[in-house]
Amino acid sequence: MPAPQRDIISQSGYRAGPDLFKILCQGAALVTVLLLGWIIYEIVESAWPSIQKFGLDFITTSAWVPNRERFGVLPFIMGTLASSLLAILFAFPLGVSIAIFLSENFLSPSIRQTMRFVVEMLAAIPSVVYGLWGIFIIIPIVKAFGDWAVASLGGFPLFSGPAYGNSLLTASVVLAIMILPTITAISRNALAAVPKTLREGTYALGATRWEAIFSVILPTAAPGIVAATILGLGRAMGETMAVAMLIGNSSRLSWSVLSPSGTLAGLLANQFGEAQGLQVNSLMYAALILIAITLFVNLIGEAVLRHTQKATAGIR
Amino acid sequence: MDFGASDAAMSDEEIAKVPSGVVMIPATAGEIVFAYNLPGFPGIKLAREVMAGIYLGTVTKWNDPAIVKANPDLKLPNLAIQVAYRSDGSGTTYVFTQHLSAISAKFDDEVGTDKSVTFPVGVGGKGNEGVTALIKQSVGTVGYVEYGYAKDNGLLMASLQNKSGNFVAPDIASARETLSNLELPTNLRIWPVDPEGASDYPIVSFTWLLLYKKYPNAEKLKALKEFVNWSLADGQSFSESLGYVPLPAPVVEKAKAALSTIE
Repeated sequence: MPAPQRDIISQSGYRAGPDLFKILCQGAALVTVLLLGWIIYEIVESAWPSIQKFGLDFITTSAWVPNRERFGVLPFIMGTLASSLLAILFAFPLGVSIAIFLSENFLSPSIRQTMRFVVEMLAAIPSVVYGLWGIFIIIPIVKAFGDWAVASLGGFPLFSGPAYGNSLLTASVVLAIMILPTITAISRNALAAVPKTLREGTYALGATRWEAIFSVILPTAAPGIVAATILGLGRAMGETMAVAMLIGNSSRLSWSVLSPSGTLAGLLANQFGEAQGLQVNSLMYAALILIAITLFVNLIGEAVLRHTQKATAGIR
Repeated sequence: MDFGASDAAMSDEEIAKVPSGVVMIPATAGEIVFAYNLPGFPGIKLAREVMAGIYLGTVTKWNDPAIVKANPDLKLPNLAIQVAYRSDGSGTTYVFTQHLSAISAKFDDEVGTDKSVTFPVGVGGKGNEGVTALIKQSVGTVGYVEYGYAKDNGLLMASLQNKSGNFVAPDIASARETLSNLELPTNLRIWPVDPEGASDYPIVSFTWLLLYKKYPNAEKLKALKEFVNWSLADGQSFSESLGYVPLPAPVVEKAKAALSTIE
């Protein structure tokens, strides 16, 4: 009777000890988990005086006045959500369109390869360069648009004046460009992974190219596209430097996309350097909230991903 | 860490937390200006209540009667004033809000003094360069920056009304005037919060070197003393070209005396 494979190896003397590779991998995984736990523990500890003092009021009030020791981050939470959702609104249709274009055979492979490289290069540009570029290029455009929008659409609260160059809209437009490579690259991979047989089958049934794209290829690649969007959203929420340079860093709540606003990440970058006492604790509390929001977004993303995977499982 | 420097000198409370003691030595001085973007209107005069009013959001147009009153020769436009401030914590904001709080009870009540405060109006820029960029971007913007930044970027600067009622243009001479009228206390920590001299520029502050009272390493101490002595003597000649104010002779004397107490 043949012995199991593993026994043969140990008998021959090769793997007498424990599986070192397995231990190494387990250790690395454990360190990552511990690291996250440690970071959160440290943040909670430094935020504790502020958590005790303000509790949930910290999230629901809108006064951030360091010299009066009044701290509330509602405007920054709203600014973080609004700027990243607006960025997704701009970047999603653009990114998915580019991904479709790059994964179908509209152009010769060499041209597509070049374009793909160029789009992915956008991810290699440092944040501060986006910020500078935004100051010199996007701000004047948004300001001009804003002046026009206030004059003609001013009755609509989203476009109420006065229009500022450093505004929620400016930050969102630049954020959209920054997350475009993430959305494009991952969506493209998902689209390219749609089985060839599925495409051929669709065409064989007499579908046009557009029918094939919209009713078969896109739905099949949907989990990947959703994942791309969630990753983009996560990046937009955590983005700091470019946003701090462009959004106007105001703690006033406003409905208008043309008004200055502020984000949690921007608040931390701006004020941490010279903060002291309760302000430090409150900035840590704000950091904790930012982590919680991003975690929540990732969980939703995970849930949506599972749901769409189940829904499209039949055609895989 | 062997030494540091700041526009906002340490408080007694902060000094008490340093076991080896602290000596603060004025190294140079700077002035903070109201820089603005209104081409064709150089040297606008801003009265005390206007300075506070702009940052309280009560003076909102360039042709506000309070501005026109001090500038009867200028035909100021009916243009909105856009306000720029520092979004990061900063000694510049500290000195600026300290002065506005001193000249306006309403400002003191609604905003107050600190390295980062919350203004009821305006847009925040990160650093002197961020505020400078905001001012350059759109016509009608006003902001507070260090004199050097405004000068290097060719920004227009307002003449500010001082305590004795005169309008003083920001330059090295008027800031030096303010400093030479100061009587320094023994710890050398003083802010000309609201200077009284007739030709004093109103918003001026020292920048202090923050040193320990005792250094255990003799070699380090020697090098540090040499450096600070050079800064107080030859170093001062570089101040003006960098947009800072050379220290008046009596201040240098007292600074050198303070330096000699370090061991």
